[in-house]
Amino acid sequence: MAAHIAEKKGTFLEEVIEATPGGERLVHCLQCGSCGGSCPSGADMQYTPRTLIAMINANDRDAVLAANTMWACVSCYFCTSRCPQDIPITDIIYTLKRLSIAEKRYRDTDAPALAKTFTDFVDRYGRSFEFGLATGYHLLKRPISMMKMGPMGLQMFTRGRMALRPTKIRQIEQLQAIINKAKELSAK
Amino acid sequence: MKYAYYPGCSLERNAAAYDHSVREVSDLLGIKLQEIDDWNCCGATEYFSQNELAACAVIARNLALVEPQTDQIVAPCAACYLNLAKTDKLMVDHPEFGKEVNQCLAAGGLKYEPGRVTVRHMLDVIVDDIGETAVRDKVVRPLAGLRVAPYYGCQVVRPIDNNDNPEYPMKMDHLLNWLGAEVVDYPVKAHCCGGHLTQISEPQAFELIRRLLQNAQDYNADMIICMCPMCQLNLDGYQSRVNGFFGTEFKLPIMYFTQMLGIAFGIDPQKLGFGKELVTAMPVLEAKLGGLLV
Repeated sequence: MAAHIAEKKGTFLEEVIEATPGGERLVHCLQCGSCGGSCPSGADMQYTPRTLIAMINANDRDAVLAANTMWACVSCYFCTSRCPQDIPITDIIYTLKRLSIAEKRYRDTDAPALAKTFTDFVDRYGRSFEFGLATGYHLLKRPISMMKMGPMGLQMFTRGRMALRPTKIRQIEQLQAIINKAKELSAK
Repeated sequence: MKYAYYPGCSLERNAAAYDHSVREVSDLLGIKLQEIDDWNCCGATEYFSQNELAACAVIARNLALVEPQTDQIVAPCAACYLNLAKTDKLMVDHPEFGKEVNQCLAAGGLKYEPGRVTVRHMLDVIVDDIGETAVRDKVVRPLAGLRVAPYYGCQVVRPIDNNDNPEYPMKMDHLLNWLGAEVVDYPVKAHCCGGHLTQISEPQAFELIRRLLQNAQDYNADMIICMCPMCQLNLDGYQSRVNGFFGTEFKLPIMYFTQMLGIAFGIDPQKLGFGKELVTAMPVLEAKLGGLLV
């Protein structure tokens, strides 16, 4: 297996393997298609996970990082669970999401904006904030859908299921120090 | 039995019914839950999409805050459960990565020894640690005649599958059976609710929600019983939008398994968060269980 990886020096395959814990299983892909066949979002993907893995093997980095596959993934882990070769496919999809976001390669998706809005609230308050997410992200990205959400939002609010202000943890500086350190280390 | 309790952000508000019913039922069953002081968000799937080390460091802060005298942490939310368990496993399986996570924690004066805490889901605690006899003993209002469809979703049963079958889980089926309910065996019980896709691609998310509601209805379920706040929100909160989108007329209440335990144990429905659901459960409960709830 190490020999396989050595042959892939400097390739996109090596990059994905390096960036994914357990990623070395990728070289064992049989192209059986269990992943794509199990995927609830398969029909909405330009390339199913099986095809995407073939493209990684073919060193087709640009096309992989611009694919919509990652943004259609719902993290249901059926592909990972069913892979006969124990490839952590969902985690590989996460790696591709990170690379695509870091290099701004994604197209026609609001998923990166949602992720950023979500984690900005975590960085600031230590807790997620549904109302802030709904208003901030939706006003920015999809005002029409925001209007359709109105009645549901009101119902959630009247049933005490939506707070208008975020909760802030007491030791927010501690959390921020941890996050800043992580960002510093991962930038290296 | 004592556990560190990690409610997670959803249970503060959107899934307050889950939090309330978890606490009520735990009290009655002798499960001592000690909420982790000053816990923070697990980052859901959103942190992992951007920075894996930061995602794990944010999650590991909660593991580090578990008091030394406790070695079990229980989470009712599927995403929280998986994030906590996955981070611990990554730190155990990849010691170099574990060291980096600890370098981050050290910036906040914290430390976590990988593997020290066992991450549990609330369903596993009740079914495995409390068990059938103790649960049956507490039932004063059997749910006889009520057809319930147990809905497991994804992240409790996959990818960490040492608790139940990842394709065809049974634990909630057993539990609801102990309460006297008629448990519906339907094919999609561990399929996906669409997760955060309701926020990104409504047509795609609504189709996944529709399949679940349709299948449960085809099998004549009175209600769907879930174990994850995201599943509950998507199936309950978006049900009227899904009906509008497809021209369907689903009217299926989506309740937490702890709410059903509470009802069967004779706890006041108000205390269990009944009434917070958008598709109201009371009419079917009254029709099937008679005056038991009054």
